[in-house]
Amino acid sequence: MTVSPPDESAPAIEVSHLVKAYNGIPAVNDISFTVGRGEILGFLGPNGAGKSTTMRILTGYLPATSGAVRVFGLPVASRGEEVKRLIGYMPENNPLPEDMRVSEYLYYRGRLKEVPRSRLSVRLDEVLALCDLTRVRHRIIGQLSKGNRQRVGIAEAILAEPPLIIMDEPTIGLDPHQILIVRDLIARLRGRMTVIISSHILPEIEMTCDRVLIINRGQVVAQGSPAALRREFLGRSAYELEVAGDLESLPTLLAHIEPSLRLDPPVALEPGPSATFHRLRVVTDREDDLGEVILRGMVTAPGLRVRGLRRAEPSLEDVFLAATQRSWDVVDGATRPDVR
Amino acid sequence: MRHFFTILNQEIRMLLVSPSTYIAAVLFLAIMGFVFTGILESYSAAPQETSPAAVFFQYFWLPVFFMVPLLTMKCLAEERRLGTLETLLTTPVTTTEVVLGKFGAAYFLYLLLWASTGGFFSVLQHFAGDARFVERGPLIGGYVFIAVSGLLFVALGVFASSLSRNQAVAGIGAFTLLFGLISGLSFVEGMAVLDLEVMRPVKEAVSYAQVFQHLEDFSRGIVDTRQLLFYLSGTILALIFSILGVEAKLLHG
Repeated sequence: MTVSPPDESAPAIEVSHLVKAYNGIPAVNDISFTVGRGEILGFLGPNGAGKSTTMRILTGYLPATSGAVRVFGLPVASRGEEVKRLIGYMPENNPLPEDMRVSEYLYYRGRLKEVPRSRLSVRLDEVLALCDLTRVRHRIIGQLSKGNRQRVGIAEAILAEPPLIIMDEPTIGLDPHQILIVRDLIARLRGRMTVIISSHILPEIEMTCDRVLIINRGQVVAQGSPAALRREFLGRSAYELEVAGDLESLPTLLAHIEPSLRLDPPVALEPGPSATFHRLRVVTDREDDLGEVILRGMVTAPGLRVRGLRRAEPSLEDVFLAATQRSWDVVDGATRPDVR
Repeated sequence: MRHFFTILNQEIRMLLVSPSTYIAAVLFLAIMGFVFTGILESYSAAPQETSPAAVFFQYFWLPVFFMVPLLTMKCLAEERRLGTLETLLTTPVTTTEVVLGKFGAAYFLYLLLWASTGGFFSVLQHFAGDARFVERGPLIGGYVFIAVSGLLFVALGVFASSLSRNQAVAGIGAFTLLFGLISGLSFVEGMAVLDLEVMRPVKEAVSYAQVFQHLEDFSRGIVDTRQLLFYLSGTILALIFSILGVEAKLLHG
C-alpha cells in the first residue's frame, strides 16, 4: 500500500518564508526551499541552526510562526492530518518505548499509520528483512544495541511506505560499520521515496545525497549539489606540490606555465638551493585539469626537483565551514556598529 | 476516532506488563483487605446499624489517594520524557485520541481493581451464609458510585500527567488535586466564614460538591442526576484541559 500523493505535479516539499520563533527568539528565520520528488536532500548546519525545528514543522508536529509549508501540494497548517499520512518521520535521538518487543512496536505503529491489518504482517516481514532486524524481532527494545535501535527507528519510518521520509540525524552515535548499513538502506530508498536527512557526518551526506542544504542561524546559507557548492564556496581548484631546490624562482615559473597559477598562501621562500622538500599549495581559477601541464613545466625547469603533485579535492567539510563562516561574518559585520 | 481503540488496546497491554500496576494492585488489595477485616471484627464485637458494604465504601478515599496517581502518573509524562509523544503525534492520530486512549486504559484498570474487591463480599456471603450481611442495595450503590466518581478521579490524574515530564511531579500533582477535591472541599464546607449571608452561593456550590455526601446518597440507592452531572462535566473538563495541556507544551516548547 503506497500512499499516493494527491497532486501529481507538485514538488515533494515547498517551504516559503518559514519563520519559527520561541518566545520571540527566532529559531528559523525566513527559510525558503523546494525538494523535488524522489530527491535525497541532506540538511546540514551547526548545532542550534534550526534543522530539527524545520523538520518538526514539516511533519506538522510544531506550528510555524509565519510562512507556508506545502507537502505534495498540501498545506501542512490546514491539512495536517492528510500530510501526516504522507510522511515517515524519525525524530532526533530516535525515541522508542523501552518495554515493548520490536515486532510488537512495529505492529502498533503500523496500525496507527493505517496500514490495513491484512497487509501489515507481510509488510512487517519485509521491513524487518530490509533493515536486517529479523534476528531481533522478538527482543525487547530497551535491551537492543544502539545500532539496532536506530534501525528500528528507520524501519518505523518506512513502514507505511510513505512517499516522503524525514530523518533527523539517523546515523548519530553509530559505529562505522553500522553507518555503512544505514547508508545502504537509504540508498535502497532512492527513486522510490523522497528523503530528507540531517547529519553531522559530512562524508555521509556527500555519499548519499543528491542535494545539500546548509542552514546557519535559522537561514539558508547555501544549497545545491555537493560539486556545485564546492565551486561556489571554494571557487578555484587547488594542487598540492612537493618540491625542493631553488624555490625563489617558483612564482615566476608558475606564471610562465599558466598565468592564473599562484601560490596560496603566498609564502616567503628562501633563495638558493635547498635539500628539503616543501609542500606548497598552488591555486588556479581554471576548472580543467592542469596537472600534466604543471608537471611538465616543473620537470624541465633547472634547479627544481619535484617529488609529487596532486589535485586537492576539497571535502564537503571545507564547504560547510566556508559557508557557515561566511554567514557568521555577514551577521557579525552587520551587528558590530551597534556594539560600538 | 478510529485510532482510539488501537491506543486503548496498546495502553491496557502496557499497563498490564508494567510493574507499577502490580505494586498499585497489591497495595490496594492489601489495604482494602485490612479495612474489610476491621469492619467484620467490629461487626462480630457488637451489633451495628448499617450494612458492612456501606461502611466499606466509606473508605474509598484511602485507595483513591495512592492508586489513581500510581495508575495515571506515567501515561503522558513518560511519553513526553522519552520523546515518544513526538513520534505518536506525527502519525495520523489526534491529541484527543491519545488522551482518551490513555484515560480509557487507566479507568479500565481502576474498575478492574475495584471489581476484584467483589471477592471480599462473595467470601463473606459464602461463609456467613446470612443474606443480611451482603445487602444488595448498598453494594450496588457503592460500586456505581465508584464507577462514576472514578471517571473524575482518573481524569484528574491524566490532567496532572499532561502538565509535567516528570512522573513524580505528575503523581504528586494528582494526589494534591484528589486531596483537594475529596478532603479539601469537606473542610471548606465546615468553615465559619461560609455561614455569612454574602457567602451563601459559595456555600451552596461547595455543599453540592461534597464527595462523601454523594457516596452516602448512592449507598442509599439515590441516584441524583445533579451528582452524575457533577462527575461527568468534571471529567470532560479535566480531559479537555489535558488535551490543552499536551498541545500547549507543543506550542511553547
